[in-house]
Amino acid sequence: MCRAIPGKIISIDDSNPELRMAKVNFAGIIKDACLNWLPESKVGEYVIVHVGFALNTIDEQDAEQTLHLLREMGEIP
Amino acid sequence: MKYIDEYRDKELVEKISTKIHKATTKPWAIMEVCGGQTHSIMKYNLLEYLPSEIDFIHGPGCPVCVTPIELIDKAISISLIKDVILTSYGDMLRVPGSTMDLFQAKAKGADVRIVFSPLDAIKVATDNPLKKVVFFAVGFETTAPANAMAVVEAKRRNLTNFSLLAAHVLVPPAMEAILSSQNSRIQGFIAAGHVCTVMGYKQYFPIAEKYKVPIVIGGFEPVDLMEAVYMLISQLESGTYSVENAYSRVVTKEGNLHAQKVLEDVFEISDQNWRGIGLIPNSGFKINRSFESFDAEKVFSLQNSKVSESPLCMAGEVLQGHIKPTACKAFLNICTPENPLGAPMVSSEGACAAYFHYHK
Ligand code: SF4
Repeated sequence: MCRAIPGKIISIDDSNPELRMAKVNFAGIIKDACLNWLPESKVGEYVIVHVGFALNTIDEQDAEQTLHLLREMGEIP
Repeated sequence: MKYIDEYRDKELVEKISTKIHKATTKPWAIMEVCGGQTHSIMKYNLLEYLPSEIDFIHGPGCPVCVTPIELIDKAISISLIKDVILTSYGDMLRVPGSTMDLFQAKAKGADVRIVFSPLDAIKVATDNPLKKVVFFAVGFETTAPANAMAVVEAKRRNLTNFSLLAAHVLVPPAMEAILSSQNSRIQGFIAAGHVCTVMGYKQYFPIAEKYKVPIVIGGFEPVDLMEAVYMLISQLESGTYSVENAYSRVVTKEGNLHAQKVLEDVFEISDQNWRGIGLIPNSGFKINRSFESFDAEKVFSLQNSKVSESPLCMAGEVLQGHIKPTACKAFLNICTPENPLGAPMVSSEGACAAYFHYHK
């Protein structure tokens, strides 16, 4: 149930101020997602989507850094 | 796929595994709260990468599994009323009620439809003005705001033919209930990442403090989970019990305030009955007064009927982490995903289904 998957915003429809909708690309599959809870989100950003609602924007810098640290951690004996 | 593939990197999982082995000096019992995480642990065979000292106990985080049977029965009764369209998430259709499930109701002529988003249910209601459309909505804090949005949208569109049959469960009170139960063995938690995406993780500080258990927020991919285990074991081995975030690319301390606002607008906290576990105080959401015309329980005012569970099913024990699914006598021989005796065998994130599909 609590699965939420990452996808990239490819377009935003702001015509209805009550329901900010976007097209989101999930590995080639395009679906609608509501962006009401991410009023600042922009085309090109990655969001994490659950039952048609984007829950948060993915912090790219944080993601890179975590992976980098994990890879390094393995190197130190 | 970005943000998925790199977190399934086997080499990285192995590196973290080595770290965990080095860090572990004694037995530890840890619980992943969320059924989605149980599913990943089994699917990616993560137990193989962990030292035998670590006992992973699977938690109750499967909303489909803990939805009270009374409510399943109510959904079935409502679906059989003339001119009703009952919509729900796919997993709900095969959850056994006292006498049948929603699929069987459908076979009897009920108009039962699967939706992927609450906004789909709103569309069904808009497209069918002469029908009464009910959305049977379950979920944790991850899903509850989306379900609440269906009600907000229905009100905005002046839909008078839409109502919500809601069963929402909240994670922190369940964690407390598990910790305060007499036979709890849990020494540390991996908290449910997507619940925290919405709610943040402030709520966990008092729990960690009161029960002296470390809590690490974890994601769902193998690397995320291994990292969370490593952080948890490091805390356990050094005797600390703080709250840490191993899923910081999408989880912040505050969570998503907009989503939380929708929850506040539509719901109020209530006591909630968890199937197999029992009543947990303040562990649910019910629709508040200002939206009560959208509450299916009020619209249809059905009485609770007598419920009956399979006497063989040990779902309650499984959901509280007292036993593994393999300890249930019905597991594999009588109870299967095609013919489930209990809800944890239905949902892909129920522990029994996860063991059915992936346990070797
Ligand atoms: S295996 Fe089936 S019968 Fe046994 S606890 Fe799980 S759901 Fe219930």
